[in-house]
Amino acid sequence: MEKEKSTLIDKIWAFFASVKFAIIIFALIATTSIIGTILEQREDPAKNLQILSRLFSESLAPTLYEIFDKLGFFNMYRSWWFISLLALFALNLIICSLDRLPKIWKLVKEPMLPLPEETLKKFLINREFTIKNTPDNIKFFVSDTLKKSGFKCNEVKEDNGFQFFGQKWNYSRLGVYLTHMSILLILIGALIGIKLGFKGYMEVGEGTVSNTVISGDKVLTLDFLVKCENFETEFYGMSDMPKEYRSWLTIIKDGKEVVKKSITVNDPLTYEGITFYQSSYGIIPNGLGRGIFIFNVVSKDGKSNLLNLRFGDSFQIPGTNLTGRIIDFSPALRYDERGNTFTYTNMMNNPAVLIDFTESGKHKFSGWIFKRHPESWQLPDGNRVEFYNYWGVEYTGLQVRKDPGVWLVYLGCILISIGLFTAFFLSHRRIWVKLIADKQYTRIVIGANTNKNRAAFERKIDMIVSTLSKNKEGAK
Amino acid sequence: MESPLLFGISTMAYFIAMMIYFIYLAFRNNPVGIIATSFTILGFISQTFAIALRWKEFAELSGMGFIRSAPLTNLYESLTFFVWCLILGYLIIEFKFKNRSFGAFVTPIAGLVLAFIDLTGVTKEIQPLVPALKSNWLLAHVTMSFIAYAAFAISFSTGIMYLILNTEKKNEPAYIFWTLTFGLFAILILSMGIDFLTFKVKVRPEIFIKSYLFKTSFLHPSATVNIISWLISFAIIFIVWKYGFILKRILIKFGLSADMLDEITYKSIAVGFPIFTLGGLIFGAIWADQAWGVYWSWDPKETWSLITWFIYAFYIHSRFVRGWKGKKAAIVAVIGFMAVIFTYLGVNLLLSGLHSYGSQ
Repeated sequence: MEKEKSTLIDKIWAFFASVKFAIIIFALIATTSIIGTILEQREDPAKNLQILSRLFSESLAPTLYEIFDKLGFFNMYRSWWFISLLALFALNLIICSLDRLPKIWKLVKEPMLPLPEETLKKFLINREFTIKNTPDNIKFFVSDTLKKSGFKCNEVKEDNGFQFFGQKWNYSRLGVYLTHMSILLILIGALIGIKLGFKGYMEVGEGTVSNTVISGDKVLTLDFLVKCENFETEFYGMSDMPKEYRSWLTIIKDGKEVVKKSITVNDPLTYEGITFYQSSYGIIPNGLGRGIFIFNVVSKDGKSNLLNLRFGDSFQIPGTNLTGRIIDFSPALRYDERGNTFTYTNMMNNPAVLIDFTESGKHKFSGWIFKRHPESWQLPDGNRVEFYNYWGVEYTGLQVRKDPGVWLVYLGCILISIGLFTAFFLSHRRIWVKLIADKQYTRIVIGANTNKNRAAFERKIDMIVSTLSKNKEGAK
Repeated sequence: MESPLLFGISTMAYFIAMMIYFIYLAFRNNPVGIIATSFTILGFISQTFAIALRWKEFAELSGMGFIRSAPLTNLYESLTFFVWCLILGYLIIEFKFKNRSFGAFVTPIAGLVLAFIDLTGVTKEIQPLVPALKSNWLLAHVTMSFIAYAAFAISFSTGIMYLILNTEKKNEPAYIFWTLTFGLFAILILSMGIDFLTFKVKVRPEIFIKSYLFKTSFLHPSATVNIISWLISFAIIFIVWKYGFILKRILIKFGLSADMLDEITYKSIAVGFPIFTLGGLIFGAIWADQAWGVYWSWDPKETWSLITWFIYAFYIHSRFVRGWKGKKAAIVAVIGFMAVIFTYLGVNLLLSGLHSYGSQ
């Protein structure tokens, strides 16, 4: 009874450690993952009903929806059975490593021993040739040649000669296990991130501060403030194609400014383990008319004045009697074919202000000035109104993340790369070279083996053989 | 010289090379083989210059510096780069294995892909980069992914040749698998060809799939046409299944040994897999992490590349399971490349179509 129980456990252990189990898991994860790419994940049920009725039929869709919903297919990658598959995958990696690593480790640590001639001749790679010289005379040359080929060899004195033996990339046999361990590391890192970190989103208007982050259905409060100094969309040339989204952020902790940084889509800001990513932007609700126009007003003779103005404000060109008043604004102004102006979007794609100029109460001229078109800044009388910004109307949308496990994921990524490259591109190579005295000659017997890419190793051996054979003239 | 002209030269060169490779296969004449290789190399050099010129043009236009201006940002550019990698991989194999027979398989793929770009409405314009793509990861991520894809493409073709050569009976699964694959491919090409000829439209592939694909056959308004399409499809599959052995007779003449095919299949996967893991999955994840703060979000593209990864992991491990070496492994290699194509094209063209359907 006792014995049978242990064999059952052995069998289970062997199954979990087996490659067969691994490939079953691979196949299951791969096939089930497909479903999640066809059905929308964590989306409006209507969308999935539409997909189902398109794939199957209108009448079947509601029933199928219910079945799929019960199985968690609409949030599949977080469903209990998919997580279980990933857990089984991890279990397989752990048990297979526990099962094999000690044996491999013992093999790696096992010292190489000299071998008899008959054994060397039985290797898949073996060579035999004769050199006109004694073993004593050529032994340094032999060990030197082997060293140059990357084999640090041991040397033993034998009855009638010497034997050299050595190996290369011995530890490459552990590459497979390094790969497996790294996957576990990545999974652990991901788990830590899910359990101890958070993902969220916050909006901060230009010139305002915030510390509230929306994470799923929770609202989190940061223990510092994020201030958005400015948000700007840069465009390609005069087109409306966005080139860069940029937010100038300041972190304020205990009333003190601690960090200042401008972030873009591929360049986030990290403070106290929390990272802020440029994610979206928009106009502050009801904020379009409440911003501040930043003008630099320059007179003909070069006097300038930097101004912050609001809609309806008046200003004077320095050193003149010319007064300008902001009478209209558009976030995105364009001229149509007839030369009439119209606003083509309510995003800040092409901000423009209409300014009316008077001199001593008399109307002089009026016109649109565009932020993105400096040629519109020039007034007919030689003065200039430089439109720098319309500030305080946009907000920046930030993806906020804290992930204490991410360094483990990165470490796992580095290690898996090393592991895969050693596993696939390096081979464990062993070589034995026996020098046997035969009157004035030396008979050389080489035996070698490798765990992969035998052809390449044979070429290498042939090179060693030809180097050694060439020596017979030189050493005479 | 301009890059479109150079691309044109390389397309021509690949097609000419293909024809000469066919002649070479028929007559086994060495000088002919050398001419075929020369044309392939000519096409490759011309394509290299074309890509370099486009790169330079892009860098000058965008002013973003050299590294960030890699011309790998849309379907046209990535397909072109895929062809470039494929030809490079083929030339390496021709040189290493001293066998030109694959040329007859690889050059038509190269030519067809380039011709596909010309025929369809894939935009060739240099498009400015959206902010998310402006990253140094673009070059590393995309080049490595495509080098891996090219390696997988090679394993696909050797895998399928292995299956053709090694199947004896019409009722064995491996034979049914490869004839079915060929049959479905033929049906797809045929029906798409008819769509093209009927509608004569040059539109973006997404739009083509949504509005025109199979509209002259399986999705034609008339039920009769539908039924005939299905009948013809079954007939094609049956014919390929019935006469598949002819292909085997031709292949035997190429002097390809099954062992060599198996070895090339394994080796190209052994090269492709680590590169795909590092460049495709890891660099992609790091990039996503930098841009959006999420290194893995299970979006369809990510998931499909993971599926591809698992299929090749399956292939690599299955070689250690008794009874899986050979035909079964070759089937996995073929399926693996189908997943690659789906990851690369299907996710963007089909799944996005399916999903955007709801929002229309």
